[in-house]
Amino acid sequence: MKQSQIDVIEAADLPKKTKDDLIAYIGEKDLSDETFNAIMDRINIEYANSRIEPCEAVGIIAAQSIGEPGTQMTMRTFHFAGVAEINVTLGLPRLIEILDARKIPSTPSMTIYLQDEYCCDREKAREVSWQIEAAHLSEFGEIVTDMLDMKVRVRINRDVCKKRKITIEEIFERAPRKIRDKNHYRDFECEEDLADACLTFIPKDQDSYQNLFALAENVRKVIVQGIDDIERVVVRKENEEYILYTEGSNLKDVFEVEGVDTTRTRTNNIAEISDVLGIEAGRNAIIDEALNTLREQGLDVDVRHIMLVADMMCIDGEVKQIGRHGIAGEKESVLSRASFEVTVNHLLDAAVANETDILEGVTENVIVGQPIQLGTGDVKLIAKKN
Amino acid sequence: MGTGFSVIKHVMVPDHQIMTAEEIEELLAAFKITRDQLPNIYHDDPAVKEIGAKINDVIRIVRNSKTAGKAEAYRIVVKRPKK
Repeated sequence: MKQSQIDVIEAADLPKKTKDDLIAYIGEKDLSDETFNAIMDRINIEYANSRIEPCEAVGIIAAQSIGEPGTQMTMRTFHFAGVAEINVTLGLPRLIEILDARKIPSTPSMTIYLQDEYCCDREKAREVSWQIEAAHLSEFGEIVTDMLDMKVRVRINRDVCKKRKITIEEIFERAPRKIRDKNHYRDFECEEDLADACLTFIPKDQDSYQNLFALAENVRKVIVQGIDDIERVVVRKENEEYILYTEGSNLKDVFEVEGVDTTRTRTNNIAEISDVLGIEAGRNAIIDEALNTLREQGLDVDVRHIMLVADMMCIDGEVKQIGRHGIAGEKESVLSRASFEVTVNHLLDAAVANETDILEGVTENVIVGQPIQLGTGDVKLIAKKN
Repeated sequence: MGTGFSVIKHVMVPDHQIMTAEEIEELLAAFKITRDQLPNIYHDDPAVKEIGAKINDVIRIVRNSKTAGKAEAYRIVVKRPKK
């Protein structure tokens, strides 16, 4: 292939993918300039024909293209996503969740990739997982409620601490602090015995058994290692590397754990992605999540429709839902908004604000019974008299 | 951020570039639009903070498109409205 031909392709007004495909296809074939020009002409014509026409109602096409396959999706909420033991919401409930831009999905979950030094060694992957998985104090030793002396005694198991890479001092420091700060339980004193690895909690009220048991419950539940929101971590080997799957999601804190690959790790919580990584990452997350949800159900929806929806949801710099609190509620036309949800409120507010509807959109014109300004409705013919 | 975390290095974050005044002029002329017709991005967006863009800057975003390979999009930096 001649350099001049490559230059012609690069200069053409075509998408990058089409150009790359064309260069790859022609490859080493030696084409005469005549043949090459004929090919370029055909490609330009084909590309011009395949573009969506101006004034086409792409929104309605996207709505139908996602809505119709949506009717075939399962209504069941839970499903195993192929990953060992981790529940992920799929099907229609998940799609609704994505388009409603919920702040927290019903089953938050993360896929954590590891850096090169950690991803090939099961032991090292396990070590990272312990820094992430929330572990209760009860996992590190024996908790005894002493009703005679009115005390809660914790005897830390040194072997477990060694295995989980946490020192007894750390546990001693964290446990009382976390009970006070996170569980908001303050009516106790704390005695440390480092030599014996024993931590004793004494309730302030020495006469109430109820307080003693409340304290014991708090001591058992307190999280001394890992990230509070992440309840479970599963280590799995995929394509020669270990990947952590979690139940629960906290992108910001996971990024600060050593060994985590901060370039690939992701969550299924779209709001979290757009907070931590920005609106463009949020847009990508919507596209990926929606497409995967549909694909998983065996529905092949063109990515362009989902891209349009994601673009609309992210156009104002934050993720907005498709609904009356988001896109549908911000339409220009009063009638269009009123036709969606809470009709009376919209009409009343519009009347109070003295709003005018200029009847430009589709919905408004259907309501008043006029031709819509699309396709043949957009053209006005004037006949010459003679 | 102990692990050297950088927002723009994440695979989900496309390339963000601040556009020069001439580039903005060209863009607005090519699409026959005004600045306020551009999509928005908030000034405290993590990617905006990372590239150091200011309010009223226009950002060119080179997305990895599933259909076109690479696609350019534009956003104008605006102040996040108070709730």
